[in-house]
Amino acid sequence: MKIDPIHQFNIEPLFTIGHIGNHTIAFTNSTLYMFITVAVISLLMIGGMARGQLIPGRLQSIAEISYEFVASTIRSTAGSEGMKFFPLIFSLFMFICVSNLIGIIPYTFTVSSHIIVTVALALLVFFTVLIYGIYKNGLKFFKIFVPTGVPMYILPLVMFIEILSFFLRPVSHSVRLFANMLAGHIALKVFAGFVAMLGVGLGALGWAGGMLPLALTVALTALELLVAFLQAYVFAILTCIYLNDAIHPGH
Amino acid sequence: MAEKSHGTGAHTQADGGHGGGFPPFESSTFASQLVSLAIAFVALYVIVSRIALPRVESVIDARQNAIEGDLAAAQKLKDESDAALKAYETELASARSRAQAIGNETREKLNAAAEAERKTLEDQLTTRLAAAEKQIAGTRTTAMSNVRGIAADAAGAIVQRLTGVLPDGKTVSSAVDATLKG
Repeated sequence: MKIDPIHQFNIEPLFTIGHIGNHTIAFTNSTLYMFITVAVISLLMIGGMARGQLIPGRLQSIAEISYEFVASTIRSTAGSEGMKFFPLIFSLFMFICVSNLIGIIPYTFTVSSHIIVTVALALLVFFTVLIYGIYKNGLKFFKIFVPTGVPMYILPLVMFIEILSFFLRPVSHSVRLFANMLAGHIALKVFAGFVAMLGVGLGALGWAGGMLPLALTVALTALELLVAFLQAYVFAILTCIYLNDAIHPGH
Repeated sequence: MAEKSHGTGAHTQADGGHGGGFPPFESSTFASQLVSLAIAFVALYVIVSRIALPRVESVIDARQNAIEGDLAAAQKLKDESDAALKAYETELASARSRAQAIGNETREKLNAAAEAERKTLEDQLTTRLAAAEKQIAGTRTTAMSNVRGIAADAAGAIVQRLTGVLPDGKTVSSAVDATLKG
């Protein structure tokens, strides 16, 4: 038996929807899990709030806590003006968080373990910041590249670094999420594979030896739960910080 | 291993030989994923912004309003009870002062009445005392004048018995007067 930690990331086309140019657009397992994620969020946010009780039940509490959590994150990083982007940030946070959490369940697919997905989300944020920043502030938006209080002779260098870091934002924004999810799931698969390998290959001794990777798998699953939430939070809070640049340029 | 080769094999077939072996970097799957993501994320955004968030907001607002309403009602009731207590205390104080006033008034009235009574009584007594003194003085004068007459008669009789001569009335009475003045 061989460990194949990469297999879990395979995109399996379930059926073909159509073609755009020479690209085949298929309904894949990734599509399925994206739709499941949207369905779970809708169920939580709409089903949970269906009765809208004054004293919330469990599901309603989760929905309200998610709402309050994202809202307070935005208010603390981008101020009350940032609440304009509440639906966007809430959608991003919930989409990433829920899809990551679903991905921890064995035999499921993790949507954000594919860089194209995280890049698309990061570029969505990047262009939102760029377009809103220019629309709101005009040319003053570019003051974010010119920090105040920097001596003239190093200003060009600082500006170069600022511009570079601005355009590298979507890269770090997307790779952070992608790499975390990918690495976590590979590590989980490898350790889980050890358990099976030892158990099958070495008999009773393997069963005893398999305890250690099993314990590690359990611990890693707990860690992955944390990472799943944390990466969604990091993605959302970075979005807030970037949007804050668009709302209040010239830091 | 068999599964993996099957999976990649399926990809290479479908994608016309793009497969690099590492699924996240297989560019042939990008178009499908991007379209899926666009559909899913736009749907999520619409659901979240149109239905979910307004609903949560309305529930939270309703709760906030209910709490504020309850607090306001409680404050109102407290104010009312405070006002009632204050009214009660004012009423009590005014009743007490009124009772005091009535008491004072009554006492003064009674004092005045008693004083008047005493005065009339005193006046009456004074009048009667004066009348009695007058009467006593009258009686005394009469008595004194009677004493003089009696004394003169007695002196005249004594002198007659001793001397056998009836003395002159005038002399006797002057002698008696002299003695009484004595």
